[in-house]
Amino acid sequence: MYILFRKELSDHLHSVRFQILFAMLAVVSFISLYGSIQTLGQAAQQTSDGQTAVSEYLFLLLFTTSGSSIYSFATFIGFLGPIIGIMLGFDAINEELAQGTLNRLAAQPIYRDTIINAKFLAGAAAVLITIFSIGGLMAGIGLITTGLIPTGEQVARFVIFLLMAVLYISMWMAVAEFFSVVCRHAATAALACIAIWLFLTMFQSLVASGIAGMIYPTSGYAGQVNVLKNYSLQTALCRISPYYLFSEITSIIMNPNVHSTNIVSILQNQQGAIASYLTLGQSLLQIWPHIVVMIALTAAAFAAGYIAFMRKEIRA
Amino acid sequence: MTPTKEQDSIIKITNLSKYYGDVKAVDHLDLEIHRGEVFGLLGPNGAGKTTTTLMLLGLTDPTAGHAEIDGMDCTRQSLAVKNEVGYLPDNVGFYPSMSGRENLIFSGMMNGLSKEQALDRAASMLERVGMTYAADRKAGTYSRGMRQRLGIADVLMKDPGIIIMDEPTAGIDPSGVREITALIRDLAEKDGITIMISSHDLYQIQKISDRVGIFVKGKLIACGRIEELGRQLMNKGLYMFDIVAEKNGQKVWDTDFQNMLRSIPGVDIIGRRMDGTVHIEASRDIQKDLLRALVDADYTVREMHQEGGDLTEIYRKYFEAAEAKEGGEDDDRTADTDSQGAGRLGQLKERLTSVFKEGEQ
Repeated sequence: MYILFRKELSDHLHSVRFQILFAMLAVVSFISLYGSIQTLGQAAQQTSDGQTAVSEYLFLLLFTTSGSSIYSFATFIGFLGPIIGIMLGFDAINEELAQGTLNRLAAQPIYRDTIINAKFLAGAAAVLITIFSIGGLMAGIGLITTGLIPTGEQVARFVIFLLMAVLYISMWMAVAEFFSVVCRHAATAALACIAIWLFLTMFQSLVASGIAGMIYPTSGYAGQVNVLKNYSLQTALCRISPYYLFSEITSIIMNPNVHSTNIVSILQNQQGAIASYLTLGQSLLQIWPHIVVMIALTAAAFAAGYIAFMRKEIRA
Repeated sequence: MTPTKEQDSIIKITNLSKYYGDVKAVDHLDLEIHRGEVFGLLGPNGAGKTTTTLMLLGLTDPTAGHAEIDGMDCTRQSLAVKNEVGYLPDNVGFYPSMSGRENLIFSGMMNGLSKEQALDRAASMLERVGMTYAADRKAGTYSRGMRQRLGIADVLMKDPGIIIMDEPTAGIDPSGVREITALIRDLAEKDGITIMISSHDLYQIQKISDRVGIFVKGKLIACGRIEELGRQLMNKGLYMFDIVAEKNGQKVWDTDFQNMLRSIPGVDIIGRRMDGTVHIEASRDIQKDLLRALVDADYTVREMHQEGGDLTEIYRKYFEAAEAKEGGEDDDRTADTDSQGAGRLGQLKERLTSVFKEGEQ
């Protein structure tokens, strides 16, 4: 198992495809960092509910501010992460089949599930290395350029954010590996994955608002009553998309000002809430359902690929 | 024959079946392969040979029946089986970005060798198959024959007691085939490895196999040593002779000659080939009578040999027999009743008319 894992990981790290993806992510991260440094000054002066305060969590703002027409680091990861995951996973099994090495591999005295386990773990390890190295690089550059020293809590939040990013990307990689087992050609697998990604990322929110509008219309004579239900249904449908989940996680973790993922009434906000930052534990409490769902999605995607592979007949 | 110690069965297949929906890929196969022998599983494409080898290795689950290698169940204890058995698939592939040597080391390590052991063993195996000169090139650059030889080296990395090969000579040039068959024979004799070869290359496999099994449409229709199969053919009332007879320095084929031949009791068919050889088929061994008749009639016998032991002949015969029996009745490998014999003779007659230039009875 370890031998196969090592070989797969070394294949990934040596492959041109991975190196291109890494370079692309690095370049994109540099650009977003540059953009955010430019606008950091204004972002730091965020007003929250009429009070002007300099945010204490400036370090984290490096990664969540979108510069002038440049998306933030977190947005880029949310957007491009799945592509990285898909690129690493889409030809996992069908390439072995095409090369003629799969039946040779299956004839070695190893359990059959070792093969798919090793592929997934190697991919996840490669993703871990990528995300943490780029994250660390960005943090270092941000540190040097802006002179902002992160406190312990900020570092902790950042690390958790990176871990969530790794989980998110691994989920897409598991989906891609499932398709690589099921589809004979690598191209079909890639197309299927990209179609799903496209739908879930771009169109899910549109579909969600459409459906919610149909079931609970906000205009018309039941309009006022339906607003809450409409919103609930809409967010519930949106949360099917892992992209939405990831952005919610990012906004809560990276921004301690954000107190809730739900709609908050004016009453609760102005007269009930304490205007201060959420501690790390409380932030995590807000998003633990999201984390659980992400883990569940990853597990389910991997399980689908696992079962499909175990039942597959390996024939040259 | 009484099984000696070396003849005990190492691969036992009982009533093995594999159905894909309605299609019977393997139909109630019963087979035993003895330790240390080279067994050729021969049959046309689509006969079910590859499915059988996959079931032996635990890569496919059988629908019914049982396969056992060295006392270990192939489906349930497949890990233990794979420790013992090496598999050389049809169209073997290697990781193209790694060199041949690296591929071998990887296989060795997967089989439990340490890195150093794998290195040593790889070097000696490469030497054995004659691939040392190309060992450090990327495996993606190898020709088909090189890949096949590397495949054999790969199989030997785990020091197997049994090797199962799927079409080892397919697509290889003649000198390559000779090398590979010599290597296979060498492995069986020197290393005592039991080798099961699944192929449709009758001629080459016949030369190196101790026993063969003929596999058609999922059924094993004949099994045994080549001579046994040939004798079974002959025992079915078919003795074939090829003679070249001359009179006054010229090959003969006039009516006198033909009548004389037909007058020998037991002769069924006579025919003449394009090159002048006369082919005779008889229901009994007419060698002595034939020679005497020829010599008495003043013919010079240039050549005479008895046919029937050739595998292609056996193969075609059994293959046709299997097709004729396709009505779905239960298969009986050794059965050859007289009523069947007449029908088969008729088929042979039709075949011979197309082969021979002139007349037959």
